[in-house]
Amino acid sequence: MRLVDVVQFASGSLRGSRTRTLLMILAMSIGVAAVVVLTGLGEGARRYVINQFSSLGTNLLIVFPGRTETTGFGPGMLLGQIPRELTLDDAQALLRSRAIGRIAPLTVGASQISRDALNREVAVLGSTADLLEVRHMSMGQGQFLPAGDVYSSESVCVLGAKLKRELFGQQNAIGAWVRLGDRRFRVIGVLAMQGESMGFNTDEIVIVPVASAHMLFNTSGLFRILVEAKSRDAIERAKLDAENILSERHGERDVTVITQDAVLATFDRILRALTLAVAGIAAISLAVAGILIMNVMLIAVSQRVREIGLLKALGAPAAQIRNLFFAEAILLSGIGSVAGLVLGEIGTRVIAQIYPALPVAAPWWAVLAAFGTALGTGILFSVWPARRAARLDPVMALARS
Amino acid sequence: MIELSQVSRSFTVGDQQVAALRGIDLNIAAGDYVSIMGPSGSGKSTLLNLIGLLDRPSSGTYRLDGGDVTALTDEQQAKVRSEKVGFVFQAFHLVPRLTAAMNIELPLVLAGISPAERKIRVAQLLENYGLTDRADHRPDQLSGGQRQRVAIARATSMHPAVLLADEPTGNLDQATGKEVMNLLEQLVAQQVTLIVVTHDPAIGGRAKRQVRMVDGQITGEAGRSAGA
Repeated sequence: MRLVDVVQFASGSLRGSRTRTLLMILAMSIGVAAVVVLTGLGEGARRYVINQFSSLGTNLLIVFPGRTETTGFGPGMLLGQIPRELTLDDAQALLRSRAIGRIAPLTVGASQISRDALNREVAVLGSTADLLEVRHMSMGQGQFLPAGDVYSSESVCVLGAKLKRELFGQQNAIGAWVRLGDRRFRVIGVLAMQGESMGFNTDEIVIVPVASAHMLFNTSGLFRILVEAKSRDAIERAKLDAENILSERHGERDVTVITQDAVLATFDRILRALTLAVAGIAAISLAVAGILIMNVMLIAVSQRVREIGLLKALGAPAAQIRNLFFAEAILLSGIGSVAGLVLGEIGTRVIAQIYPALPVAAPWWAVLAAFGTALGTGILFSVWPARRAARLDPVMALARS
Repeated sequence: MIELSQVSRSFTVGDQQVAALRGIDLNIAAGDYVSIMGPSGSGKSTLLNLIGLLDRPSSGTYRLDGGDVTALTDEQQAKVRSEKVGFVFQAFHLVPRLTAAMNIELPLVLAGISPAERKIRVAQLLENYGLTDRADHRPDQLSGGQRQRVAIARATSMHPAVLLADEPTGNLDQATGKEVMNLLEQLVAQQVTLIVVTHDPAIGGRAKRQVRMVDGQITGEAGRSAGA
């Protein structure tokens, strides 16, 4: 029997029982679609987190005051001490390390910003010129903070894109004055629209020189120091250097340095495991679909006993009859898989429409695995029915009415 | 052409052995027209199934065209069936979802004959059996006589040497039954060996050779053989 004829005959018998075929294809496609959509979601979550982290900058280390004690009970707690604060001098000292390229000290606070009659509450970020590079921000208009003396408290500021719109509308903001708390600042630049990352919306902040921020909030401490290592290989070295330099200056280890890579890798591992787990759960539905296929094929065999008997009488050997039923199963699961991939793709797009921030996309391995598993279970579970058909005794089969 | 010697066939029913055929000796020459008659349960259908290689004898030998076919594997027997044997059944056994033309084509498809060749042969058969205008009808759209004509066309599509008909008129009225017998008998004129199993003396009596069976044994024979 020619292959084309086998396929034609099998598809003919599938068309012969339309409802059964459609239900089977539906079951199969839901299984495949479930794998595609669920892994797509998991992968989307993973990419979302990674994007959020990498938008912070590359080769980034974050230094913050205080030591995260895993032993739980440090001497500082007994004395009711608060950790020693990080100062601008500390930040500058970090540049001694040859592994460290750039640093950006960060001070944050909240203040009232006003321009003429317009005013609102705003998050104020005190930093230096290098923040732009370290934090991968880009300018919409004008200049970022001036490079040079980090200790000088110039009265200049850079506005977030949304903040600028709220205060100035379509008007030009560069060169205009705004009031922050009790000081006046000249706007020298506006950030490009960036949206939210890591829960911090740079569109709604105002950035001022770190020394100005210190005066504004009457403090000398830093919230964080962002450190950019010179290269990916230098990250570990930079971390060690930062810890050493700061403990030398403070006389004790009272800062915490985390690397973006380490955090990223942890998240990556967790979310990948989650995706796999979800894919596994979805794969169960594929196995169920496979068993369904077996069930339906068994019914098909018993419904078509006479036909099988006839085929034998007409000279079809057992192997050929087995192949015919195999072909049916392969067609069923093949069409079901393709339909499932389409369904999954649609589902993924719908989710992407609803949650635009989530980069939902099933990874190629999940798509392949879903397709392969569907086809595999379809074939595997049709072995028994096909054998049963092939082994039928033609005399008995033909006598069946 | 067909030589059966001491062929027996028994079935196990429950824990009992039931003999359907006991020591059958039968020789049928090429081009013979033989009817096998007997009451139901006499083993005539079992004999036909054995001749058509759908069943194997419990003992005895069966030679077809000089070769022992009892020793063949299932695969080889299927090949012999495909090339040498045609079946016509009482219940027609047409595939319900296939059209008349596709039913006729089925043995050719199973044998792997090229589509071009199939098309020619099917068109010829449809014409021979007056079914050309019924070619695209499915079995449930055909009359009993038309269905049996489709079945005969199908049985002859591979040009078999032996045509086995099991109560071919059993589901037909008398007039249509006669018509079908005429068609089958035309094949004998083309050197096809025709074996008809029936319990109807009017049908069986038309054959040149009439074999009578009772209780799995041949009890008598009438008529003359063409060859042996």
